[in-house]
Amino acid sequence: MSAPDPKMTESELPHAYAARDPHVLLRVISKFLIPLIAIFGFYVHFHGEYSAGGGFQAGVILAASVILYALIFGLDEAKRAFPPWLIRVGMSLGVLLYGGTGVVSFLKGGEFLNYSVLNENAISGQHYGIIAIELGVLCAVTSVMIAIFYAFGSRQPETSDEDW
Amino acid sequence: MALLNYFPDWLLVHGPGFLMALPLLMAAVTALLPNKRIGWISTFIVTAILTVTAFGIALYNIEVGTFIYKMGGWAPPHGISLYIDALNAPLVLLVALMAFITVIYALPATIAEIKPNKRAPFYAAFLLCIAGLLGMVVTGDAFNVFVFLEVSSISTYTLVAMGAARDRRALSAAYNYLILGSIGATFFVIGIGFLYMETGTLNMADMARILADLDGGSRVAKVAFGFIIIGLGLKLAMFPLHTWLPGAYAHSPTPVTAFLASTATKAALYLLLRFTFFVFDPSFAYVADVLMFVLVGLGVIGMLFASLTAIFQTDVRRMLAFSSVAQVGYMLLGIGIATTASVAAGYLHILNHAIIKGGLFLALGAMWYRFGITRMEDFRGLGKTMPLTMGAFTISGLSLIGVPFTAGFVSKINLAGAAADAGWWWAVGVIMLTSILALVYIGRLLLIAYFQSPPEVDGAVVKRNEAPLAMLIPIWTLAILSIVIGIESDLIVEASVRAAELLLGAG
Repeated sequence: MSAPDPKMTESELPHAYAARDPHVLLRVISKFLIPLIAIFGFYVHFHGEYSAGGGFQAGVILAASVILYALIFGLDEAKRAFPPWLIRVGMSLGVLLYGGTGVVSFLKGGEFLNYSVLNENAISGQHYGIIAIELGVLCAVTSVMIAIFYAFGSRQPETSDEDW
Repeated sequence: MALLNYFPDWLLVHGPGFLMALPLLMAAVTALLPNKRIGWISTFIVTAILTVTAFGIALYNIEVGTFIYKMGGWAPPHGISLYIDALNAPLVLLVALMAFITVIYALPATIAEIKPNKRAPFYAAFLLCIAGLLGMVVTGDAFNVFVFLEVSSISTYTLVAMGAARDRRALSAAYNYLILGSIGATFFVIGIGFLYMETGTLNMADMARILADLDGGSRVAKVAFGFIIIGLGLKLAMFPLHTWLPGAYAHSPTPVTAFLASTATKAALYLLLRFTFFVFDPSFAYVADVLMFVLVGLGVIGMLFASLTAIFQTDVRRMLAFSSVAQVGYMLLGIGIATTASVAAGYLHILNHAIIKGGLFLALGAMWYRFGITRMEDFRGLGKTMPLTMGAFTISGLSLIGVPFTAGFVSKINLAGAAADAGWWWAVGVIMLTSILALVYIGRLLLIAYFQSPPEVDGAVVKRNEAPLAMLIPIWTLAILSIVIGIESDLIVEASVRAAELLLGAG
């Protein structure tokens, strides 16, 4: 979490960037794009049960929006927005959501991951099951993608502004 | 059976699914736990429950025979089915039991070997590895096998690398294992792909039926068989493909070494049995050729080569690792002769060797824990300084050699008998010869430990410094188990014969 210039305080930083920002274009465009990418991710996700798409693809797209943010605004900024501990929780939470669905079907007397028992109507039970596990997949894939990016990104010295 | 009444029905019916779901989910929970002792407690409870469940399933299997668990309620061949039969029920129990025993040992060992901030991830990876191994063993779906193989392998690479806190060479050993293990998994999945192309199904029982109808199938099936054998050969450390094993065993944390030595290669051997005799069939000419020439040939060369290499090792963990490669040779020999008796003997050796090697590696770990030693000459006087640990090591070591009234003797005599029955007298000779080689490398260590006086450190002779109770209990459990099997061998021999009869038919 090191600021570019250690003498600067936190509040001075944005002004300093604005004063000597050689890639303002990238920042503006990506600020516009990142929410769109995220929305598209959710769009792909909620199409999962009906058509092509689902948690896996959506997770990658969602993670791509965070990775773009990290590329443009720096790894430290990204880590402030999505701290690594949160990512770790997300990875586990995804698995637990998926497996938890199986546990619920255990408790309802069915086999592991038998969604039909989740509701009196077997078809809507399948529906609920898919939605729940897709959410788990989304959570896990997004977190893992970001975690991999953090792991690789943290190992290299960041490009300083002078190198542009 | 009266014992079976104590198990709830739910656990028996849903046991196979429960066995793989519990450690998988608890791994995710454990990863989030704080790095205190809670990680160990949760792992301990999980493995205890798994052992009880596996025991119940093994009993239930004897009672009702083969039973199938439909994952997600989808019937085979389209859904993934978990399959419990006489072949994998004992192995499920073995994996769960070894995990439980190792976890007891791991409480002091991890405190000494793993950095505090890595302990919760360590137990999470350990649970994932258990989930993968159990899944590999119980599943009846060929692609599912690959998935669980990867789950267990990837967590194993992490576990091996965690030895870096103690010895930096663990990193290169883990990387070596990662590369070779991934190649093995790739070969395996290519084989599965070809098999799917040939049969159009992924369910193993269904594949077996279709292949039998096709009378072995076309060249695609042959290629699939080759890929699967090589892929599994890498995973089970078949002789020329064993190079990852000594490094991984020598440098990983000691509980991991013991657990890997007693389960990981065994699960891969189970898959080899499952594929060569269940999915494919030795009545196909190409399978018979591979059994006769590749498995037996490499098995025998491995037995001789690895035993000789073990004699010249200076690091005891590497010595035992090479001994493991040699012991895999015995199992391959038993599988390769391909009579019911020999497959039963090979299977028996899988179970016995797991118990023996687990005990040996745990005892070695305790010695490292107290004195930080792994080299041969540092064992001077251990008979006096750690009498209990060394005693258990001696029992397991004698069992490895194959001294009467130990587990090793039971499986070696069965194997030699089966080889003689099949008319393979030269194989009997090789078994005897490698047993003598085992006597040389284990005996050398015992001589140093018992007949040399303890070293002097800072002018004073090293005092008696026994391992903590949490280590002695698992070490002695395995040593006593080894003797119990040696004296009361009927139960385990019966189990192995049942497994072999399932694969080859009685007779």
